[in-house]
Amino acid sequence: MMKIKTLLPALALVLALGVAACGGDDESSASGGGGGGGGGDLSGKIAIDGSSTVAPFTQAAAELFNEENPDVQITVGTSGTGGGFEKFCAGETDISDASRPIKDDEEVPVCDKNSVKYGEVQIANDGIAVVTNKALSVDCLTTDQLKELWNKGSTVKSLADIDSKLPDTQLSLYGPGTDSGTFDFFTGEINGEEGVTREDYEPSEDDNQLVTGVEGDDGGLGYFGFSYYEGAQDQLNLVGVDSGDGCVKPSTETIQDGSYKPLSRPLFMYPSEKAMSRPEVKAFMEFVVANQADIAKAAKIVPLTEEQVTKAKSDLQSAEQGAS
Amino acid sequence: MTSLAYTRTRRSVGEQAVRYGLFAAAAVSIVTTTLIILSLLRETISFFGDVPLHEFLFGTKWTPLLGGDQQSFGVIPLLTGTLYLTAIGLVVAIPLGLLAAIYLSEYAPQRVRKVIKPVLELLAGVPTIVFGYFALVFFTPEVLRGVFGLEVNQFNALSAGIILGLLVLPTIASVAEDALTAVPASLREGAFGLGASKLQVSLRVVFPAALSGVVAALILGASRAVGETVIILVAGGQVARLGTDPTVGYQSMAAFIAATSRGDIPTGSIKFETIFVVGMALFAMTLALNAISIRLVNRFRQVYE
Repeated sequence: MMKIKTLLPALALVLALGVAACGGDDESSASGGGGGGGGGDLSGKIAIDGSSTVAPFTQAAAELFNEENPDVQITVGTSGTGGGFEKFCAGETDISDASRPIKDDEEVPVCDKNSVKYGEVQIANDGIAVVTNKALSVDCLTTDQLKELWNKGSTVKSLADIDSKLPDTQLSLYGPGTDSGTFDFFTGEINGEEGVTREDYEPSEDDNQLVTGVEGDDGGLGYFGFSYYEGAQDQLNLVGVDSGDGCVKPSTETIQDGSYKPLSRPLFMYPSEKAMSRPEVKAFMEFVVANQADIAKAAKIVPLTEEQVTKAKSDLQSAEQGAS
Repeated sequence: MTSLAYTRTRRSVGEQAVRYGLFAAAAVSIVTTTLIILSLLRETISFFGDVPLHEFLFGTKWTPLLGGDQQSFGVIPLLTGTLYLTAIGLVVAIPLGLLAAIYLSEYAPQRVRKVIKPVLELLAGVPTIVFGYFALVFFTPEVLRGVFGLEVNQFNALSAGIILGLLVLPTIASVAEDALTAVPASLREGAFGLGASKLQVSLRVVFPAALSGVVAALILGASRAVGETVIILVAGGQVARLGTDPTVGYQSMAAFIAATSRGDIPTGSIKFETIFVVGMALFAMTLALNAISIRLVNRFRQVYE
């Protein structure tokens, strides 16, 4: 089920890119090293590690990039943002995937000590949707209510336990498995510590299974990446989140501009200057920024706005300046 | 003379070759089993270096994938979940399977039997993923909720268990039917000669005579249910929980292994090792079931000349 769903957009994308590569010589494909001839002449290895939230995006980018440049080997690790920076600042990886900016007090000094210079490029936006079954009509929950519901040791059985005005339907809870970046993000923002959660919810690494569960149970409530909600919006009820400044529902726009708090965030790639001096890494990063919308679609993640793309392009340029 | 001797030598060489060839074929299963145990052993030992054996065996909370003080390695919920789902399956499969077997061997006309038996065996060949989605997208919403009006979760033990029962039904029916059919006709004829009815012959003569085979069929079915992965993975939910409420989901041992290997667990971590430990426990469980089955078969075996 999931395979087919993710494969179709990817296929469509490959076709579209194929056509684009043959048809035009716009700025992106020229600098992307793809050119018109199909198999690019780039080769080499690109080592990428870091956030497991960014990994599906990077993986999709790598697959599409390989369509044009089959000789470039790209490895995508999922050590987590922190683990990724550890390797990156030790000079072991070329690009680090991150779901938060690099930490000034802990990570930057390590990079400095090893003379690893880098640029920060935002490549996508991430947002988590809280959803319920259509029959369980909830318009908005505050972050405190979400915490009461999801925190460790929670015994909340129905939303009426939190607020008597909310429906008194026996809940059945769904959420991502512990390996997922979405799980870390949600538990960190809502429960205050990454990985801390109530235990009696139905976890799955397959987001489509979460959709099936919430859709199927009258008391279904769950959270997962916003794009999975978009794919099933007719079957689900979207819950707004109030972090103190009023209720905001997640949408592509509120996730992109960050007004959907606290469950939206920018996602980054950090290329090192040294790696950017290699043509394959430079081409890959340029490919990512130029094709971010298509990659985001394939990876089921929220793309950049026009402004963000412009900024990403200039960030990328400054990232390579020291190197070339 | 010489040609005869020559032929003999050649024959005996051939015999030897066949003999070794057959031995090798038989040995494959033993070698494989040994290798499986060895491959599980290393991670299992390493796991018990970090987690005390009694915590694993008697702990009542199974949350190995969480962090910090929420992490807990008590296998009891997984074990009871597995047994609970198996029990629901067997409650469905044993009566239906045995009745089908008795019908096929004692009552069914030859023509009917020729149709039903292959169809039954065809059911055994349906891939389990098909059963899994059958349970999830048809049986739960349409039958349990629709026809019976039960308030069950999307992932629940009842649906997964019943469909698990349908999966092992053909195994039980087919093996039991073979056992019943193998009972010598003379026994039946003798009973009929004494004026017994068909029902009396079936239940009091043929069934007890075939008991060892029937028991073997049941154990085989149970083993199959214990180890079944995909149906429970798809339809049975992924919460390792203690309890007996059939309207919610339970995780089984095999489903835990499958679900956990699907995520990205760092190799060598304790989370990674849980996969092997649970595998070892599952292996031990099915081994025990099979050992019991062999004992039962020997105990109830009746030999007819």
